[in-house]
This record gives sequence, C-alpha cells and structure tokens, in this order.
Amino acid sequence: MATVSLEKLVKRYGAVEVVHGIDLEVADREFIALVGPSGCGKSTTLRMIAGLEPVSDGNIKIGGRVVNDLPPRARNLAMVFQSYALYPHMTVRENMGFSLKIAGQKPEDIAPQVEEAAKTLDLTHLLDRRPSQLSGGQRQRVAMGRAIVRQPDVFLFDEPLSNLDAKLRTQMRVEIKKLHAKVQSTVIYVTHDQVEAMTLADRIVIMRDGYIEQVGTPEDVFQRPKSKFVAGFIGSPPMNLKDAEIADGQVVFANGDRLPLPARFRDRVTAGQKVTFGLRPDDLYPAGHGIHSGEDADVHKQDLRVILTEPLGNETLVFSDFAGAEWVGRMLNPRRLSPGEALPFCFDLSQAHLFDRESGRTLRG
Amino acid sequence: MNENAKARFNGLLLSAAHKIGLFLAMTVICLPGLWIVLASFRPTVEIMAKPPVWIPQDLSFDAYVAMFSGVGQGGIPIIEYFRNSLIISVTSTAIALAIGMAGGYAFARFRFKAKSSIFLGLMLTRTVPGIALSLPLFFVYSKLGIIDTHFGLITAYVALNVPFTIWLIDGFFRQVPKDLAEAAQIDGCTRWQAFWQVEFPLAGPGIASAGIFAFLTSWNEFALASQLTRSVTSKTLPVGLLDYTSEFTIDWRGMCALAVIMIIPALVLTFIVQKHLVSGLTSGAVKG
Repeated sequence: MATVSLEKLVKRYGAVEVVHGIDLEVADREFIALVGPSGCGKSTTLRMIAGLEPVSDGNIKIGGRVVNDLPPRARNLAMVFQSYALYPHMTVRENMGFSLKIAGQKPEDIAPQVEEAAKTLDLTHLLDRRPSQLSGGQRQRVAMGRAIVRQPDVFLFDEPLSNLDAKLRTQMRVEIKKLHAKVQSTVIYVTHDQVEAMTLADRIVIMRDGYIEQVGTPEDVFQRPKSKFVAGFIGSPPMNLKDAEIADGQVVFANGDRLPLPARFRDRVTAGQKVTFGLRPDDLYPAGHGIHSGEDADVHKQDLRVILTEPLGNETLVFSDFAGAEWVGRMLNPRRLSPGEALPFCFDLSQAHLFDRESGRTLRG
Repeated sequence: MNENAKARFNGLLLSAAHKIGLFLAMTVICLPGLWIVLASFRPTVEIMAKPPVWIPQDLSFDAYVAMFSGVGQGGIPIIEYFRNSLIISVTSTAIALAIGMAGGYAFARFRFKAKSSIFLGLMLTRTVPGIALSLPLFFVYSKLGIIDTHFGLITAYVALNVPFTIWLIDGFFRQVPKDLAEAAQIDGCTRWQAFWQVEFPLAGPGIASAGIFAFLTSWNEFALASQLTRSVTSKTLPVGLLDYTSEFTIDWRGMCALAVIMIIPALVLTFIVQKHLVSGLTSGAVKG
C-alpha cells in the first residue's frame, strides 16, 4: 500500500516536451483515473511511474520514496497492459507465477498464491492453457491475475479494456471495481473512455496536451467542470457547447437567438463578453420529459424543431435546432417524435455553464 | 454432369496437377543428390558411361573403405578434415550467432544514429562475391601469419555470416512485442533477465534458422577455404575433395563418397533444429 506523488513531472523527447511539469497526489488505496484524448500524455505519465520511461525533470515518489531512477522491478508495482502482454511461451499458471519465480520463491510456495489469485478471477480451469488458447476476456483476467499475485503497492492499468467488445468491457469494469474493493491497493488507471473513469475512479485526472486540466471526484468533474475542454470531454453525449456573447443581460448566439443569462452568472459577466454557453443533454428536454420537474425558477421554455431522434429504450436522445446549431437533449419516458415536429423544450439554466471563450476557463467562482 | 460433380472433378484434377508439379520440382532438386550417393557406390566405368546407366549393376563400398585407409591405398586424412570442418563451422556459427543476436536485438529495439545506414552497409557487404575477397584476404592473412590456421578461417566465416544473422534475427526480434519485455521488467526482471526469460525463447525459431544457415555456409564454403588453407592442420572437407584430383585423373567415385560424408552432418543438424523452426509461437501474446 502506498501513496504516489508526482512533483513537477516533465517528459521530453529530444526538444519536444510532451508532459509539462504536472503535479498530482494519489492517496493510499485511492483509485485514480487518468483520462484524456490520445496524445495527451496520460500513458507517458503512467510509463514514467512504472519506470519504463526515464523522467526528464521533476520527481516521482512512491510511498514517500523518490523512485525517479529506480528500475521497474525496484518499485514494487504491477501493470496491466492494453495488449495484456502475456508471455506466450508459458501457461497461465507460469504467467501468473512468473514474478514470484523471478523473486526466487520456491515452486511449492508459488503454487498456492497462483491458485488463490486464479480462484478470485475464476481462472482455475484455465491454469494449464497457453495465452493463445484463451479468449480476449480470459487473457484480460490472466493479465490481472499476474498483477494480483505480486501483491504490489500500486496497480497500474494502461487502457486495459480497450481491446474488449462493449459487453465484455462492462463486465470487466465491474470485475475491476470488485477487485479494487478486495485488494485495497492504490490504483492508477489510464483510459480514454470517460465512462470507465467515471464508474471506477475515486478521483479523475483529466489531461490535455501534457497538462492536467482538472482533478476531482466524478461528481466534481461532471457538475463543476473547470474548463470547456473538461465539460466537453466528460459526459455522454457530450455537453452542448455554443459560442455566444453577453448583451442586455442575456446570452446572445451568433444568429441572434437568445437565452436568459443564468442567475448564478449574473455578477460574473460583463456586457459584450465573449463566452461559450454549455448545457448538458440532461438539462435540455421536451417539457414534461426531464430529470427535473421543470418547475424550477430558472427553467426557460422555448419551442424547438426536432431534427433527429435516437431512441435508446428508456430514453431518447433528441437532436433539435436552436441558435443555428444542433443541440442534443435527453427525453425521459419518451414518446415517439417525428423529425420536423416542433415542441416546447425546457432549458434548465440552473445547470448551465459559461466559459470564457478565449481561455476556455469556467466563469463560475 | 451437374455443377457439383463438375466442381468436384475440377478440384481433383487441380490437386493431381499440384502433385505432379511438386513431384517434378522435387525430382529436379533431389536427382543430383541421389546421383552423388549412387556414384559413390559404383565403379568409374559405370559413372562415366554414355548413355548413363540408370540401374546400377555393380555396387560396392570400396570408395568408403579406401577413404579411411592409409596414404598410398587411396586414403585421405578424412578424420583431420572432418575435425577441422567441425571446429571451424561450429565456432564460427556460435560467434556469428552471438554477434547476430546482439546486433539483431539492437536493430530491432533501439534507436541510434545512422541506424539504417549501418544496416544497409551490413547488407552491402553481402553483395561482394566471396571469391573477390580471396586475394586481398590472402595477402592480409599471410602478413598476419594466420594462413592455414583455424583462427583465420573462423574469422573469415564470422565476417561472412554476421550480416546475414543480424538481418534474420532482427526480423524475429521485431515480431516479439515490446510490451513483453516491459511486463517482465515490471514482474521483477532485470533487462538481461527479461531478454533471456522472455524475448530469447520467443525469437528462438529465428535464431535456430540463422544458426543453420551460418553453419551450412561455413560447412560448405570452398572458395575462401581453398585459398586460406594449406595442410591437414586446417583443410576442411570441401577442400579435401580436391585430394581426389590428380594431374591426369579425377577419382569421381571417391569424390562422391566424400561428398556423402559431408552431407550427413548437415542433414542431421537440419533435422535436429527443424522442430525449433515452428514459427507462430508469439500468437496470443498481445491482442491488437
């Protein structure tokens, strides 16, 4: 069990800097997810923690000890690779016991530990197979088993589910969550899938272009995104983000359509300010079909024309036309809608966001 | 005939054609070998007969018996030649493999300056025919005093084989995913252990085939060996074949018998190593 701290961590490849001095504190037994689009530096950061990439500048501490120049084997961590990286010439049993064998443990000591881990992951019947004889999900479990057997201080996951199909991914997500509850290790989990990050992590680190955009609990980053980028990245379907200007105490869009200025931003904007208006699909719904009752003070009603619908069974995503752009709304208890139909929509402005258009930072305090 | 029967008939016809084609190709490849084996058992009259005698009339082991007899009874120092060949081939193969593994691994895994130029340079050395090197090599070797030594020939063969082993082994290391060595390092291996425990076994088939090629090249090489060896202290089997030529005659039967003796170890080695040549061992390592 250990804490992990990154202090002004920098990674350069030649003259190109890809991670720009990031700071992060991971508490003992915390499950932290690094998310971001590809090329944001999340995998590089993880590889630096693992010791697979040299650190260009700054410090990495595991359990309070600076490990910058220690080889991977001296850091006592385990890593699950995106590719699983199982040893193809060894059986599942040998794969899982490999680290113990290298550590010099006797075969009779290794066997019970491997059996134990195999039982946890329901792999007992596969122990004598080779990786080539396993399905994707089974390989994934073996890779996790190999990690558990080591009893590491820190688990590192590098996009472990991205090679699985959607159904299996959901299933393995639950497995990983159960596993963390059981082994109670510190986990650093890299993914580009914000759903994985939201469902698994205690805290989420959102990275972009080698910087950390925001660190916070899933609720935090969802409800109080610090930047336009985070707002657009977290949440599915993504938040509606439209450029606008503040005029006459209203939000005025490029084509002249207007919305009232959300109450909580009244003191935070000035007339003529260029902003980006953000509203989650959950907060834009046909009247009577929303999460909220629609009776709040800050709900603005407006007739919109439906462009397209995506029925999902229990809800329908409604694409409608407003301010010269397409807005996604979420309709609960859906009824059938036809394209071209106009109906009253509720904009729940109490949940709306405003970002500075230049800097992309939120305008709320 | 309905469509299905027709398709079945065509399939049979095609497979028969394949077999006939294969048989013809194998005949072309195998016949000279068979002829050599046959010739080693027949009297010279029958070997030289025109038209050729296909069905041997008179088989004997005379050539083999003579070969192992002393000088003056048609014998040649075959034990010494065999020993020289074995020492030179095995040593040069081992060295070429060691260098090839190190080099191949470096080319497959590391980034360094002028990598592709160095690689190309190595390959270009193979474009020079070995025989063109024999005279310069002879001068250098005589200056160094290593003509007619095992060391001299081993050095020449290592130089001949290294570009090839590097090239072949590089390709096999490229097929071993990088993740595996990294996973091994996280599992507690040093870089060195990760190589021997994970990457080496997976590149095994490639290393084995590079070994066979290097061994056969050294074992069969004649042009350089004939220039750089003088006596029984270093003459190899291919050079030994020349012992059967004299001013006016060539003992074809003896020569063929020696050729058979030469082929046997090469065949045995290939059989031993071929089971390691199964590729596809890396499947299941990673999914991508």
